[in-house]
Amino acid sequence: MRDVAVIGVGMQKWGELWETSARDIFVESALLAMDDAGVDTLDAMYVGCMTPGLFAAQEHLGSVMADYLGQGGIPATRVESACASGGLAFRSAYLAVASGMHDVVLAGGVEKMTDISGGEATFALATAADMQWEGVSGVTFPGLYAMMAVAHMDRYGTTREQLAAVAVKNHRNGSRNPRAQFPMEITAEAVINSVKVADPLNILDCSPITDGAAAVIVVPADMVGRAGKPGVKVTGSGHATDTIALHDRDDFASMRAVAQSAERAYAMAGRTAKDIDFAEVHDCFTIAEIIVSEDLGLVEKGKGGPAAEAGETALDGRIPINPSGGLKSKGHPVGATGIAQVVEITEQLRGEAGPRQVKDARIGLAQNMGGSGGSSLVHILEAM
Amino acid sequence: MPPAKSWRTYPQTYRLEAARCLDCGKIFFPPRLICSKCHGRRFERFNMKRTGKVLTHTIIRTPGDAFSGEAPFAVGVIEMDDGARLTTQIVDVPFEEIKIGLLVKLEFRRHYCEGADGIINYGHKAVPLRQ
Repeated sequence: MRDVAVIGVGMQKWGELWETSARDIFVESALLAMDDAGVDTLDAMYVGCMTPGLFAAQEHLGSVMADYLGQGGIPATRVESACASGGLAFRSAYLAVASGMHDVVLAGGVEKMTDISGGEATFALATAADMQWEGVSGVTFPGLYAMMAVAHMDRYGTTREQLAAVAVKNHRNGSRNPRAQFPMEITAEAVINSVKVADPLNILDCSPITDGAAAVIVVPADMVGRAGKPGVKVTGSGHATDTIALHDRDDFASMRAVAQSAERAYAMAGRTAKDIDFAEVHDCFTIAEIIVSEDLGLVEKGKGGPAAEAGETALDGRIPINPSGGLKSKGHPVGATGIAQVVEITEQLRGEAGPRQVKDARIGLAQNMGGSGGSSLVHILEAM
Repeated sequence: MPPAKSWRTYPQTYRLEAARCLDCGKIFFPPRLICSKCHGRRFERFNMKRTGKVLTHTIIRTPGDAFSGEAPFAVGVIEMDDGARLTTQIVDVPFEEIKIGLLVKLEFRRHYCEGADGIINYGHKAVPLRQ
């Protein structure tokens, strides 16, 4: 397989983008990425999107986006793995380049979530769980993660305050990210006293409903340098699945797919968790960041809560997690999230992250998760 | 839900019919065609035990549209005494009494109705097993 690099990234500000259609949201970010890379023609593209049918009544997204990006004719594929659709689109582009099949490939992600009501959006997101055997109980997505939180609190003594610490930290980082949907700091008291969603999770433990897109350009590593910007090498790609229903897992306080996808990415990159300088992880809920940081090996099992509370995962901590603000502050247009993580890591490794720059960032890790952990993607990117 | 979709789940939703792998003994609810543990394809069906315990739980306060009139309500993962598991509502108990390990039994209850003219879906909910 060929070595692969990211040479361009693009992302617009996320939020409730009522004036912009899904296709224009996508094309805006894709054009930024192409301009950043200095390319105007693609060999192929992959579009991560969870459910354009339920959110925007439009399928066949590969063709829609290739057409509106002015690339009609190229092979274009829509990729779906629930909230990990973006991460899987990136892996698909990586494999297309590594295999030698294509040279200049765009990996993008998009979700247009605010054209439908909150109840309809809750339903659309719930389709990432086992609709037949979990959904029938009325359990929601926050409800599934709440049940993981209850298990984690029972097993490891994780506290309500520690959950809040994750949200506070991510909003502090996000307040330095001009593209974040909610770029404001919040207090632990505000999180703890916010509206209850699914006990013990409150609204400020949850990532928001967001319109947004992100795109990156992936090429063979030997093409780096033509656009003049530092390249970022993709050294590890791991992908794993787990049972679709939470109730079929042996352990509700851990996510096997996260651990397995990480093992595969670490092995491929020849790295361990100790080598990672910073990580963008899938904090769809505060408890998710705690569990994921443990399953990635970035903090000791059961210590994710104390680590967040002690500032170990802060921007200036031992292992900065979610310098972008994460899903919590930046927003979570589900199909775009995995690509936005790669955008952040690339900018960090290039030293372009401004006030949220991680010091001496050389190796970054992106972890993107589908459903209640039914799928997980881990990518390791390194400065060249 | 189309009538056929709810109808074909009746063996599980009405009778709690599960399957046991004849090669390794792993239990599946609902039944499957291949065992995820040993890849065996021979199963026996049985009606699962109706008593079990709560493995984890939450209280849903912002439900999807189909359950909008019912919130708040408790749901949990229940492990039955024979090892089968399901996610279901926990009812007839104050929220603060729902804990990991709470002993429960399954009772036949109304689940939800899909719109004014929709099918009323029935199934099982967990209630506390009082000694």
